[in-house]
Amino acid sequence: MHLHDVWFVLIAFLWVGYFFLEGFDFGIGVLTKLLARDRSERRVLINTIGPVWDGNEVWLISAAGATFAAFPEWYATLFSGFYLPMLLILLCLIVRGVAFEYRHKRDEERWQQNWENAIFWTSLLPPVLWGVVFGNIVGGVKIDADKNYAGSLLDLLNPYAILGGLAMLALFTFHGAVFASLKTVGSIRERARVTASFLGMITMGLGLVFMVWTQIDNGDGKSLVALVVAAVALLAALVANMFGREGWSFAFSGVAIAALVAMLFLTLFPNVMPSSLNESWNLTVSNSSSTPYTLKIMTWCAAIAAPLVMLYQGWTYWVFRKRIGTQHIADAH
Amino acid sequence: MELALAPETLARWQFGITTVYHFLFVPLTISLAALVAGLETAWVRTGKERYLKATKFWGKLFLINIAMGVVTGIVQEFQFGMNWSDYSRFVGDVFGAPLAFEALIAFFFESTFIGLWIFGWDKLPKKIHCFCLWMVSIGTILSAYFILAANSWMQHPTGYKLNKATGRAELTDFWKVLTQDTTLVVVFHTLTAAFLAGGAFMVGIAAYHLLRKKHVKVMRTSLRLGLVTLVVAGLMTAVSGDLLGKVMFKQQPMKMASAEALWDGQAPAPFSVFAYGDVSKGHNTVEVEIPGLLSFLSHDDFSSYVPGINDVNKAEQQKFGPGDYRPNIPVAYWGFRWMIGFGMASFALGVAGLWLTRKKFWLSQRLRTGDDEIPHLALTKDKALGDGLSKWAWRLAVITLGFPLIASSWGWIFTEMGRQPWVVYGVLRTSDAVSPGVSQGEVITSMAVFTALYAILAVVEVKLLVKYVKAGPQELSESDLNPPTRIGGDDNDADRPMAFSY
Repeated sequence: MHLHDVWFVLIAFLWVGYFFLEGFDFGIGVLTKLLARDRSERRVLINTIGPVWDGNEVWLISAAGATFAAFPEWYATLFSGFYLPMLLILLCLIVRGVAFEYRHKRDEERWQQNWENAIFWTSLLPPVLWGVVFGNIVGGVKIDADKNYAGSLLDLLNPYAILGGLAMLALFTFHGAVFASLKTVGSIRERARVTASFLGMITMGLGLVFMVWTQIDNGDGKSLVALVVAAVALLAALVANMFGREGWSFAFSGVAIAALVAMLFLTLFPNVMPSSLNESWNLTVSNSSSTPYTLKIMTWCAAIAAPLVMLYQGWTYWVFRKRIGTQHIADAH
Repeated sequence: MELALAPETLARWQFGITTVYHFLFVPLTISLAALVAGLETAWVRTGKERYLKATKFWGKLFLINIAMGVVTGIVQEFQFGMNWSDYSRFVGDVFGAPLAFEALIAFFFESTFIGLWIFGWDKLPKKIHCFCLWMVSIGTILSAYFILAANSWMQHPTGYKLNKATGRAELTDFWKVLTQDTTLVVVFHTLTAAFLAGGAFMVGIAAYHLLRKKHVKVMRTSLRLGLVTLVVAGLMTAVSGDLLGKVMFKQQPMKMASAEALWDGQAPAPFSVFAYGDVSKGHNTVEVEIPGLLSFLSHDDFSSYVPGINDVNKAEQQKFGPGDYRPNIPVAYWGFRWMIGFGMASFALGVAGLWLTRKKFWLSQRLRTGDDEIPHLALTKDKALGDGLSKWAWRLAVITLGFPLIASSWGWIFTEMGRQPWVVYGVLRTSDAVSPGVSQGEVITSMAVFTALYAILAVVEVKLLVKYVKAGPQELSESDLNPPTRIGGDDNDADRPMAFSY
């Protein structure tokens, strides 16, 4: 196996980590409007991710940084080509991070309301946008001979990519609802399970159509396996949720996310960004990667840092393992 | 095409705005992480309440600040790809690695342990809680190191070769990138300057309360910590700045000649205090100079030759072909002066403050004060400043708070604009680095949106800071004084509210 293949897998792994972790963060943000009945319930939801959301977001920074280092051409084409979606994602992440930190720092009703609205919208948009971005990466976009994106914004908003966006939104919100049922106590926990069942069915519908579409257009045997794993995991998550097995349900919705990302990357390989204009203009793992020397250094770094990161991030989840409910939210701040 | 609207101009403006803005939060984050960790350590070791109160107070301001630092940092990482795709293609093999290291090592550290620290007051024994903040501090320092290694490579490319076939820079010696002179000296300079900012921040806010005779115990401790930090960091910033200057004279003579508006080489070369020049004619019309000092700054020798802007321009034309290799001279010249001026002014005020508020040294019994009293500002052994002068001294201390931030902003503007027209010195021109596929409309949109959003957030952030500064340290609660003994929190009361919640 060539080092650039290893890095293709590692970058897929970083995206799995990102979507698995920030997936439920986004879901929780959306659920502050769908599930919470009042401010103290909204705060319960926000506090389930309070200690961890920032660390979760670094998976994205790492995915982008690793892409820059391991596949500079991919990084350059992707970020300059998908300029406006990336801009929107950035704006959401800026406002969202500040919203979590600042919302409780003033007592004025307007202030808190505004930040709560901000949390909802900036949690709702990024999943859709990431879905659109990945839909376009996998589906192929107009890349010219110089590896630059030659299409327009409207080209990115095609039905397949938009379906991808909606599927990701549904999946993450489902994942978030299952997470909420796992991390809360009281009536909100019960309602989270009901909401999760409902969202799980929507996810099933949207997700299956998106994955089957992907499979028909670009899939192969390996991606089909991932598709089946994703579908089965989703079903298992739904069933576990109905039986009140919250831990299992969360594990399965996580597997579904991992399998979906795996499917997208398997469909791509050995391309990283196929060109819809001319196959010979495809960005591939070999024509967009860094030199073996750089990849070797990066591999050492990842081999040491990644297990360590998982270890201490895992420890964080263990420290904050207790469920929380409205009784744990103090009035004063 | 109209020059003002050239894509590189817009992309540079956006980079300048977002980077200078981001860097307002960075030095405070780096220094406050360590200073607050120091205060918490003092509490853990001595159990004195004023240290815990100080930890909580400065910790809150630190968090308001770091939130902005984190989110504006994400923009930086995306921006290389969005606006500078040709740059990214060219340098990715070299420049990407330290960036990835920064994320995988430093950012994970910072963001994971900050979550533990914020929410961990009633979940972690105090020693482990304090340890978490030290981890954050290490994360901020590592982060600075990796990104500065990347920037130093742009200032002085090394440990790479040009691949003729692909037209890309390729890494050949990563160790060299991480340990070259430029990297080490820049890291030294940036970190010491960061502590200058943190020291001044503490001094300014402590002075604000002491001027009003409020929260004296906590603020006196803070003032002392701030002043010592300010003086030590100020001294080290001057030393590291001198070292960096010498490295730059060797590596980028154009930048340093521009910093002095030294048009023609001289031996010995004078240091310019004030100059007004005509860039188009290539000489100064007014100047005030200190003879020989520039020679000393560049080579430790008062009589050595220092090449001027016109000399370096000619040399570069011979090396790289016809063209204008001069940066924006007035910006470089004045940026250099604002950096040194504001930085050293805060240092001088720190020295004065440390002298005036000394506890015992050369101080008569009459002027000595206890921990819970406002210090007299003692000029000599028996003489203190009068009420009126004292008031002004405290006020001056309050405004010093902003000086290092102005200095570091100008420092970055100077060093980045002083490198122009190169983005990677001597290797890649800034005009060849922009994204060819990105339209002007897109860059204008993103620049406008970022500027507007950043302006709004600046107002929000400053107002919050002011609110929490004015509120002062809070009284400690029962749970503050009884931290848990077990990881995950004690089991005594399952329904007890969280010590901290969003």
